[in-house]
Amino acid sequence: MEEAAKRLKDIRKVMVIGSGPIVIGQAAEFDYAGTQACKALKEEGLQVVLVNSNPATIMTDADMADQVYIEPLDTEILTRIIQKERPDGLLPSLGGQTGLNLAVKLAEAGILDAYNVRLLGTPVEAIKRAEDRDLFKKTMLEIGEPVPASAIVSELTAALEFVAQVGFPVIVRPAYTLGGTGGGIAHTPQQLREIVSRGLRASLIGQVLIELSVAGWKEIEFEVMRDAADNCIAICSMENFDPVGIHTGDSIVVAPAQTLSEPEFQMLRSAALKIIRALQVEGGCNIQFAMSPSSMQYYVIEVNPRVSRSSALASKATGYPIAKMAAKIGIGLTLDQIVNPVTGKTTACFEPTIDYVVLKIPRWPFDKFSTADRKLGTQMKATGEVMAIERNFAAALLKGLRSLEMGIYGLRLPHSHLWSDMEIEDKIRYPDDERLFALSEAFRRDWTVEEIYSLSGIDPWFLEKVKDLVLLETRIANGTLTGGLLREAKSSGFSDYQIAKLAGIKAKEVRERRKAEGIAPVYKLVDTCAAEFAAQTPYYYSAYEDENESCPGSLPKVLVVGSGPIRIGQGIEFDYCSVHSVWALREAGIESIIVNNNPETVSTDFDTSDKLYFEPLVLEDVLNIIDLEKPEGVILQFGGQTAINLAGPLAEEGVKVLGTPVKSIDVAEDRQKFEALLRSMGIPQSEGRSAVNQEEALAAATELGFPLLVRPSYVIGGRAMEVVHNLEDLMAYLQAAVQVSPKHPVLLDRYICGKEVEVDAISDGSDTLIPGIMEHIERAGVHSGDSLAVYPPQTLTGPEINQIVDYTQRIARALEVKGLLNIQFAVEKGRVYVLEANPRASRTVPVLSKVTGIPMVKLATWIMLGKTLKELGFGTGLCPATEYVAVKAPVFSFEKLSQVEISLGPEMKSTGEVMGIDKSFSGALHKALGASGLNLPAKGMVLVSLAEKDRQEAVPLVLQYLDLGFEVIATGETFNILRQAGIPARRVSLTEDGLAALVESIRGGAIALVINTPTRGKKPERQGFRLRRAAIEYRVPCLTSLDTAAALAQALRSARLGTDLDTKSLQEYLAEGSSRNRKTLWINNIAT
Amino acid sequence: MGGKEPVSAVLWLEDGTVFKGRSFGFSGRKRGEVVFSTGMTGYLEAITDPSFAGQILTMTYPLIGNYGVNPEDSQSAKPYIRGLVVRDFCPRPSNWRSTETLADYLVRNQVIAIAGVDTRALTRHLRIRGTMGGIISTEQEDVNNPAQLAEYWKEGPSREMNLVSSVTTPQVYHVPGSGPRVAILDLGMKKRFLDILTKMNCECFVLPAKAQAGEVLALSPQGVLISNGPGDPKDVPQTIKTVAALAGKVPLFGVCLGHQALALALGGDTYKLKFGHRGVNHPVKDLATGRVYITSQNHGYAVREEALPSCFAVSHRNLNDGTVEGLRHLGLPIRSVQFHPEAGPGPEDSSHILREFVCSIM
Ligand SMILES: Nc1ncnc2c1ncn2[C@@H]1O[C@H](COP(=O)(O)OP(=O)(O)O)[C@@H](O)[C@H]1O
Ligand SMILES: Nc1ncnc2c1ncn2[C@@H]1O[C@H](COP(=O)(O)OP(=O)(O)O)[C@@H](O)[C@H]1O
Ligand SMILES: [Mg+2]
Ligand SMILES: [Mg+2]
Repeated sequence: MEEAAKRLKDIRKVMVIGSGPIVIGQAAEFDYAGTQACKALKEEGLQVVLVNSNPATIMTDADMADQVYIEPLDTEILTRIIQKERPDGLLPSLGGQTGLNLAVKLAEAGILDAYNVRLLGTPVEAIKRAEDRDLFKKTMLEIGEPVPASAIVSELTAALEFVAQVGFPVIVRPAYTLGGTGGGIAHTPQQLREIVSRGLRASLIGQVLIELSVAGWKEIEFEVMRDAADNCIAICSMENFDPVGIHTGDSIVVAPAQTLSEPEFQMLRSAALKIIRALQVEGGCNIQFAMSPSSMQYYVIEVNPRVSRSSALASKATGYPIAKMAAKIGIGLTLDQIVNPVTGKTTACFEPTIDYVVLKIPRWPFDKFSTADRKLGTQMKATGEVMAIERNFAAALLKGLRSLEMGIYGLRLPHSHLWSDMEIEDKIRYPDDERLFALSEAFRRDWTVEEIYSLSGIDPWFLEKVKDLVLLETRIANGTLTGGLLREAKSSGFSDYQIAKLAGIKAKEVRERRKAEGIAPVYKLVDTCAAEFAAQTPYYYSAYEDENESCPGSLPKVLVVGSGPIRIGQGIEFDYCSVHSVWALREAGIESIIVNNNPETVSTDFDTSDKLYFEPLVLEDVLNIIDLEKPEGVILQFGGQTAINLAGPLAEEGVKVLGTPVKSIDVAEDRQKFEALLRSMGIPQSEGRSAVNQEEALAAATELGFPLLVRPSYVIGGRAMEVVHNLEDLMAYLQAAVQVSPKHPVLLDRYICGKEVEVDAISDGSDTLIPGIMEHIERAGVHSGDSLAVYPPQTLTGPEINQIVDYTQRIARALEVKGLLNIQFAVEKGRVYVLEANPRASRTVPVLSKVTGIPMVKLATWIMLGKTLKELGFGTGLCPATEYVAVKAPVFSFEKLSQVEISLGPEMKSTGEVMGIDKSFSGALHKALGASGLNLPAKGMVLVSLAEKDRQEAVPLVLQYLDLGFEVIATGETFNILRQAGIPARRVSLTEDGLAALVESIRGGAIALVINTPTRGKKPERQGFRLRRAAIEYRVPCLTSLDTAAALAQALRSARLGTDLDTKSLQEYLAEGSSRNRKTLWINNIAT
Repeated sequence: MGGKEPVSAVLWLEDGTVFKGRSFGFSGRKRGEVVFSTGMTGYLEAITDPSFAGQILTMTYPLIGNYGVNPEDSQSAKPYIRGLVVRDFCPRPSNWRSTETLADYLVRNQVIAIAGVDTRALTRHLRIRGTMGGIISTEQEDVNNPAQLAEYWKEGPSREMNLVSSVTTPQVYHVPGSGPRVAILDLGMKKRFLDILTKMNCECFVLPAKAQAGEVLALSPQGVLISNGPGDPKDVPQTIKTVAALAGKVPLFGVCLGHQALALALGGDTYKLKFGHRGVNHPVKDLATGRVYITSQNHGYAVREEALPSCFAVSHRNLNDGTVEGLRHLGLPIRSVQFHPEAGPGPEDSSHILREFVCSIM
């Protein structure tokens, strides 16, 4: 505009702190924010130093920042990096709560002052005013903004006194339980007594927060921005389908707000701007309100003075890139000096307006955790979310449900018709993740909107829409499917499959009927301005409307299918891969098109690909895009299981799947076919049998011998793979966990007790390149996603490595792999077995790409476009290992999920991961464990309680802990064995009383570490289970594998010895590697 | 596009384009200028804003009627739009303030309304081709054969010149107050405008648009406000004459059409925008302070900057297209803004402007 950009002149180098590993409440949205920030800062010509412990992110790519430190996020390490890098500024508001807290700590410790680092954006003072409960309340009252009355109490009488003043209902939230356990809403003195007593007991510090409850009110959020010149804008309003009382992260959320009248809307908008001004936030800010459904009264519930999950959602919902603008504001630009990235002409100082409905649905991990408490409340439990855009609410809702990929089509669960009326009422009143289906079922049973409203508090506006959908379902099921009805169903969001099911015909038939009637979706643009101005955003969604705005370009194009919502087992790593594939396509001059539905990610940023379609990742929706765009082919290797599952169906429709042939994908995915392939090639695998009844299972067990790895071939709700060690366990498993039947056999595999090894390879069909091998620290039996893993391997022998390389190359060739291949091996007594092969990218691709510097996804993508490894200048075989070592550690969110069994097994449980990198293995291990959030114990007691199979083996391990100066306490038989081995342990018991005493010692901090391998877990009432949960709640490390415990001992020992750790950026490590010119040093170890 | 839903209403555009849909308001046939507004809430405020007189209003937000109708939100006694075009209307609204559904309200107030239109397509059409005339109809013959509406279109004037006289107060009225006495030239004033002045205790005299300067001065006001209103400012020559005569005798403040009239009165010029500014998200920069305000806007004409007499300085500018959004007289207490500081609908971010004017005349 008229005046030249006035960014802070003395800032040349900026440090950005990431948010660390993915945990519940802090997910991929911060990779999106951080990546945008890095881009924005570079655009302004600044140097960027990035610190984040999460290797699976785009932001930690060596080319996202000038210096990338994949290091634990703690003040000590950050201080070292500051000393070394001497940044001029620190941008704290893009790394979630983690980043914000660290910045405040650094400021308060005087580190920032000492090194002349300026805190950019919102000042510390302001952060504290928003984050500190009391200060926040005071500030709000000063500016006349209402907050619900609250008090912190540490005894019951104080609670009663408080309620005498403010009245019922009140919400009780225990301080520091982290599980959200022990809280609740009290309507009567008796309930209050119960909940407060329970809460006080559950609280680490014996305190609970009591607050006037506004549960049932409308929960409304505003995303607002402010710059240093005090310009304020409201980017987006959002309304929760689930009223106050359920965390917004666990609520279905729509944008814009739907049920606020103009005066109500303007009142809250004005309040939001007043608040951001009072707090003097510079950047983005999220403000949550509770709005009365029957008056103009409202309360401010919470303010987050930083970018957040909601701001990511708002960015994707409107097209306005909040994080990018926040970064620019941070370096002193004002909104009117920043070019509007959507129009490319006007300024960023405007308020988006939208002409569609956006809807977000949480993705919960309850399919993985069968025992988890599924009730929803003030503690968030979702791991991820999907977003859907449509021109009406109903269609957005159904699109969203499709996007969840839970096999849900429409408003029905397979079992929802079985619920009794009582169950339905219960689910609506005390919501869990199935509430939406419960209220749909209620409408099917002719309950009224009023009844459901009074049970749920969900605004009748939403309920009417759900009811309309249920009525439409009935009309489709009971009537003839006329063209008009079909059109109505499609504009209301019904999928062909759903219509087919209801009408009793085939989905393909519906599709054909639709085409004959000329009913096809059009694609509309997300442009921030409701078409008022021409926009440059290539960001589309489908709708059953008249005008199509997406014009296929003339360049050759390729569609990349993304990975959908973040869930356990399919995390941000696949977004990393999808984004890199898109970039590789662009670099190759191919128009890149991406389809995905996860609002938190980089892949759904409109400037990542040439074109973005925000759509469900199911056959119908993907085919519709292909019908319009007619790409040369689709890439399915990078979107995790979501994308690869589409290979067969898409190929059947005549779509060209690039890379590995679809029939090979089928061979790799189909257990029987894959077994046959390995057998024909003479490659060892664990022997397996399938059994259709108990007798067969027992026969197979006798034949194969224990331990066995058992899994059902089919399970309702969650898989249930387990290692069983004896007949008794097997019987229990067969009876409790699965129902064996001829239709649903149980699969039994010989359990290979050995090292687990993971390989990611790139192949062009004849040559295969293995950038690196990762060795697991926990033996096979702990899911590869949950184990510590090290690159390069530390204990594998040369011949073992050669075997692994040989098998990998042969399998790649046999499967004609073009692109990526992931294989898991187990090595037992020098013999290498194949556990499974995935014909796609895996969780370890980002880690290996980063530490080896080999652009794995780019190579794979280019191979899919027809290049060979040779043409690309890469050799074959195993790439020589680096001298530095990288350790990947899993991160769990157990404290957010009450009643979940934490012991590790063949089912994955972690939500995220971190990486430690150093010159030595123990250094890298130490960093990784620290970064994973484990409270590394220094002294105190180690509680050892082991299953029979582990007791003997544990003796040397326990000795190591003794050496490290820990006291050892042990239970029952474990104690006896340790005693026999001459270990001076103290005996404790796991009786009810014994357990209570142990929990007390855990709470008090006397017990610093628990090593506990469960006999048979998963039963919440068992003592072992409760012991483990107690450790989690009180943040005392609890290790359920001897191998993890051994690794921890090693890390502690090296720390004790004072080994100094590196403070090096990824770029520095990679430079070391390439100076040895590793590229010319391929070992071609497949002589034969 | 035919045969998608039962068609019972049609929107025909001057260039021959046709949009079909369902009627959800009154029946009949009306002509008007087809415009779009991008506000996501505030449909009732827009429908009853006299500045929309003569226009067929398209709402770009697809779900309209969600929170029903509350008479308190009306900006005048009745709707002035000629027709309403939406994607979906909400038959069962939900809001404690609602007294009736939008459909009932429209029927009761005889407004033709059409739903089921791809309003985004329509908006893009208007953006690219510019605002144009059109006919909204529920007549069966028009629905069956919309092309014939071209004939009907030719029968009427291509541009309506007397919109202001259809919305201005027929006679002077008085709202007592203990504060400064102001006169308002009503070119189509919104209720909210008067509300804000009376809230500041102003004693208000509201005069018809064609009031003479003498009539105004006879009331000995401490300040005169020229309100918003519909259409082309060049269609209100009498108001312009009055304003010219008042300049220098009493402090003046113009809003929207009043702002344009002020510019014309003092020797400036105005022109028609391609598709106008209608919405609640327009960023406007106060050139004196550098601050940007998000404003509510509703106008199809603008003040021509190149032709601005030297007595005026531009005080506010639109950040989207750079158009003049406010004027400051260099010698006299005369100011004006193109946007709506009174809001209703829209943000209240710039409400201080009216307060400042009132303070300045006290
Ligand atoms: N006073 C209250 N009464 C009832 N529910 C509340 C109250 N305050 C907050 N909640 C609910 O708890 C959720 C989480 O609370 P919040 O303060 O936003 O914490 P977080 O930092 O986890 O987002 C909110 O989204 C809201 O639904
Ligand atoms: N035969 C086996 N012996 C020992 N461990 C096994 C065996 N099969 C699988 N596992 C363990 O189970 C984990 C998950 O099994 P896998 O087949 O890789 O399933 P997923 O598809 O979930 O990755 C592996 O990482 C490994 O630790
Ligand atoms: Mg919150
Ligand atoms: Mg696996």
